[in-house]
Amino acid sequence: MRTRLVEFSVGGFMVAGFAALVMLAFQVSGLTLKSAEDVYHVYAQFDDLGGLSVRGKVSVAGVTVGKISDIRLDSKSYNALVEMEIYRSVNELPKDSIASIQTAGLLGEKYISISPGAEEEFLKEGDTLFDTQSALNIEKLISNFASSKLGQ
Amino acid sequence: MFDWISQWGRSGLDAISVIGRSGIFLFRSLLGRPATGFFGLLIKQLYSVGVLSLLIIIVSGLFIGMVLGLQGYNILVDYGSEQAIGQMVALTLVRELGPVVTALLFAGRAGSALTAEIGLMKATEQLSSMEMIGVDPLRRVVAPRLVAGFISMPLLAMIFSVVGVWGGLLVGVDWLGVYDGSFWANMQQSVDFREDVLNGIIKSCVFGFVCTWIAVFQGYDSAPTSEGISIATTKTVVYSSLAVLGLDFILTAVMFGNL
Repeated sequence: MRTRLVEFSVGGFMVAGFAALVMLAFQVSGLTLKSAEDVYHVYAQFDDLGGLSVRGKVSVAGVTVGKISDIRLDSKSYNALVEMEIYRSVNELPKDSIASIQTAGLLGEKYISISPGAEEEFLKEGDTLFDTQSALNIEKLISNFASSKLGQ
Repeated sequence: MFDWISQWGRSGLDAISVIGRSGIFLFRSLLGRPATGFFGLLIKQLYSVGVLSLLIIIVSGLFIGMVLGLQGYNILVDYGSEQAIGQMVALTLVRELGPVVTALLFAGRAGSALTAEIGLMKATEQLSSMEMIGVDPLRRVVAPRLVAGFISMPLLAMIFSVVGVWGGLLVGVDWLGVYDGSFWANMQQSVDFREDVLNGIIKSCVFGFVCTWIAVFQGYDSAPTSEGISIATTKTVVYSSLAVLGLDFILTAVMFGNL
């Protein structure tokens, strides 16, 4: 009887531990079972990232459609080259869509918002978005405003 | 003067030979064929190391999560971003507090007990009588305890994190009125499974290994007197805590510090 109790509680402990792992995976980290083939890569160049970071989200009309997988410097143009992973299910984005860097809320994190264009052809693996809008830099805005005021 | 210098040298040699002994001890107890009935012994040790530690882990996890929720709310509400409380509680718990606090509690609760038990076995010559009848005490007494420690620690740390997140949810959502949809959404957006959860589990595996190793070795290496056991128990708690905190810095620097 005593050993049965010990075995039972050890079993319960192991089950609780693995239940905790599952809970951490799905409830806390929001893991989805999307495999790597479910995305395609799209590139965009920006003059100024203004704090955009890898793992940031990519959205269309506020709906998350992918994430930023890599950021590096394009050595020829000295622009930031951003690699985005977009879900395969969102495969009808026009080629002339506009990518702009936006901020969630006033102090929130930066993300890329894609506004769909009007072209018939759709984006596919390895395409680059040419029409981009860099992050709104508040310091730059204020200094522009101040210098234009001073100039008057 | 020469006495003083030679004493320094002797204590240096002693320290290095302790490290060597503990390495040999670990290899001899884990490598090779396990003792007969190893599985039954392991279950018994899992009970005393893991199951009996559950209560303290759950209670402290709950309170730490609640305190994180309360403190986080007080700071975040000034910036009007109290929804980020879920993100804050989950990231701190999964990355740092879960593994570290569990390891510290584990060293105090289970590690000291392991040291005292094995130290007393040595002092009452149970270990040497085992050797007399041809049973290897390293395989029969030490190995199940080591393996039980390695298995229990990550499980305990995960349970700690989950209970802590629940404590944060209780304070943030149920008492302070944060909207629970944005609580979870913020958390799921910022916590990455591989980056945060798996790294936390790797941390707790390392801590489990180090804490149990220190505890069992200190017991096995203690002087076979009542004073020796008390010194060994103290050493276990002190060394384990220092090792956990030091290793935590190194692991954090490697995992999250872009070194």
